[in-house]
Amino acid sequence: MSSQKIPLAKAINESLRKALETDPKVLIMGEDVGKLGGVFRVTDGLQKDFGEDRVIDTPLAESGIVGTAIGLALRGYRPVVEIQFDGFVFPAYDQIVTQLAKMHARSLGKVKMPIVIRIPYGGGIGAVEHHSESPEALFAHVAGLKVVSPSNASDAYWMMQQAIQTDDPVIFFEPKRRYWDKSEVDAEAIPGPLHGAKVVREGEHLTLAAYGPMVKVCLEAAAAAAEEGKSLEVVDLRSMSPIDFDTLQASVERTRRLVVVHEAPVFYGSGAEIAARITERCFYHLEAPVLRVGGFHTPYPPARLEDEYLPGLDRVLDSVDRSLAY
Amino acid sequence: MTVESTTARKPRSGEAAQDAGAGRKTTRAAAATPAGTAKTAKTARSAKTAKSAGTSRANGTPGTAAGGRTPAGSRSRGTSGTAGTDAHGAAETAERDDELVQLLTPEGERVARPDYDEYVADLTPESFRDLYRDMVLTRRFDGEATQLQRQGELGLWASLLGQEAAQIGSGRALNDDDYVFPTYREHGVAWCRGVDPVNLLGMFRGVNNGGWDPNSNNFHLYTIVIGSQTLHATGYAMGVAKDGAGSAVIAYFGDGASSQGDVAEAFTFSAVYNAPVVFFCQNNQWAISEPTERQTRVPLYQRARGYGFPGVRVDGNDVLACLAVTRAALEHSRGGAGPMLVEAFTYRMGAHTTSDDPSKYRSDEEREAWTAKDPILRLRRYLEREGYADDAFFAQLEEESEALGRRVREAVRSMPDPDVMAIFDNAYADGSSLVDEERRAFAAYQASFDEGPDGSAAAGAGAEGGK
Repeated sequence: MSSQKIPLAKAINESLRKALETDPKVLIMGEDVGKLGGVFRVTDGLQKDFGEDRVIDTPLAESGIVGTAIGLALRGYRPVVEIQFDGFVFPAYDQIVTQLAKMHARSLGKVKMPIVIRIPYGGGIGAVEHHSESPEALFAHVAGLKVVSPSNASDAYWMMQQAIQTDDPVIFFEPKRRYWDKSEVDAEAIPGPLHGAKVVREGEHLTLAAYGPMVKVCLEAAAAAAEEGKSLEVVDLRSMSPIDFDTLQASVERTRRLVVVHEAPVFYGSGAEIAARITERCFYHLEAPVLRVGGFHTPYPPARLEDEYLPGLDRVLDSVDRSLAY
Repeated sequence: MTVESTTARKPRSGEAAQDAGAGRKTTRAAAATPAGTAKTAKTARSAKTAKSAGTSRANGTPGTAAGGRTPAGSRSRGTSGTAGTDAHGAAETAERDDELVQLLTPEGERVARPDYDEYVADLTPESFRDLYRDMVLTRRFDGEATQLQRQGELGLWASLLGQEAAQIGSGRALNDDDYVFPTYREHGVAWCRGVDPVNLLGMFRGVNNGGWDPNSNNFHLYTIVIGSQTLHATGYAMGVAKDGAGSAVIAYFGDGASSQGDVAEAFTFSAVYNAPVVFFCQNNQWAISEPTERQTRVPLYQRARGYGFPGVRVDGNDVLACLAVTRAALEHSRGGAGPMLVEAFTYRMGAHTTSDDPSKYRSDEEREAWTAKDPILRLRRYLEREGYADDAFFAQLEEESEALGRRVREAVRSMPDPDVMAIFDNAYADGSSLVDEERRAFAAYQASFDEGPDGSAAAGAGAEGGK
């Protein structure tokens, strides 16, 4: 694969394939990842080509998946595990938080945990309960974990490569409603750092910060605002832990306004952390308080209501107007 | 017989299984009869066992006389077969729920177990003395640690008092290339693995969260969340099988942990992937204040059957039986026959930890009944009965024990607190810009105290971040 336009899901598939080819210690584990190729077909064809020993269908037990991956990592393997949906990660939360995240520190650096946990996350696909959540803040709050989310096929390809190569556990949130969005992937390119944010659209009047599924919404909002003569900059954070505050700060110091957009509930969400840090760093540059757009402090609603729950163009632009009105 | 029959699986690697078998056979052939020789009739032993089990368990089926079935290790080797259970074996076992495998009575009498005797046939008088020495020194270390906690040198201590036989017996059954996943009370197993006991105290003193390199002794760090490590052991064993390494993994956990979902998931994963892991449950009767009856309605070793692998209950206060049964289980797993569950039926003679008060939930009578089965006293009686040890041995061991106590005490008292900046070390293997930022800010804050009385330093950054 050199440069071509492929869907985000396919980019992850290609990236996993490359990792399996390159490093015999890389394993794929999860429910239905083998013959079926995963419920989203992200691992399609991998078991056929690499065998059941490398692409492992697991029992339906999330704590077991993560717990055994920890053991395999202790033995020198690099497991890439799939949690089928966001809301199903909680049975594994104990293993992730009490074991995976702390093993390196507990061992005073003697043990490494090169494990990637892939989680298709977020809403917008008309799913039932527990299939549409955005629990990234719950993981970003835990020291020892790295938390990332690509917004496009190219980032998905490269960030997966980097996540597998890193010696820390990485929670890899895949924006499931962008799985079928195509974009150019150059497998020969030199990627930026895994935890670096990117300015994906330049602008003058306000910065929109987002990651994963919301980057596209923000780009659409910026395009719509441009028709009204407002120039919005869009920063794709790509990583929620750590966050590249330097890139974001530089943007806000130029535009002097920031709106953070994510699907997760606003209350105690990643937007709160970003708002606080940017306020500390850019207090004298800001013309308006940092505003946040996201989900409500409610359970994720039934699918017929999710369009109202999820931040869309109008809610983003409404916050842009509020910020610009200061 | 307490070994449960399930699937007889084909060895993963015929060659490895044969090698393991050959090694064991040589030992057996060399000494067909154990040095101690059988002195007690089988019927007497069974009656005794059934009685002792009956006093401590309310729900179990009554034990019956023993049969003579082959232990799991030899049964499974070389037998081809597909998934399924041995219905006959299961029915047979169900009648013998509460029987313990026992090779030494509480009075120190050697009893015959034709199915397990071969696993300890190689033991010499010196080996018996070594087992005794291990148990005495482990108990001394443990007692010293309890005292150090009382003196304020340790924040907490989880004593193994009463579980020396289960730990030394199983620990000495391991090969160097086997890998151990302990909970937080496996001081005796750590001793067998060559971990310096002083290193075990770091986390209890509060200077680290695990003071040894798990890979230098194949002894993983202590795990506080109960049952978590059974999954790590299973995953590690899956890796061992992938590597074709021919070693085994042993996971320690307690009767309380058996209620945790992770243990159930470890059983599932290890069975379906045929992982070479031995689950060693030390049923010490109490999960803090909750008795085993609050964890299970069936004898714990029987759980294995539902997952498709054998389980066996051993007298956990009998170091010889623990050694034999664990050797058999490890051989079973190394040979490619998958996981096995060993339930060591024992007793926590002390408190759960130094912050617990067992007098609030259990009777003196119970403790006294178990004190009569003390694992160390039992082996001492055997040593004396057989003339394997003289007064000089015991006197010399007492000196060694005192020296160990002194060394541990001095080492703990001189254990330095870690540097405060160690807070930021090792949060991540590959670093994190967030941690770097906080480290810088905190270093500046610390340095501000050294900048003299004019207060011109960069104060106020603190852990809140800063610039």
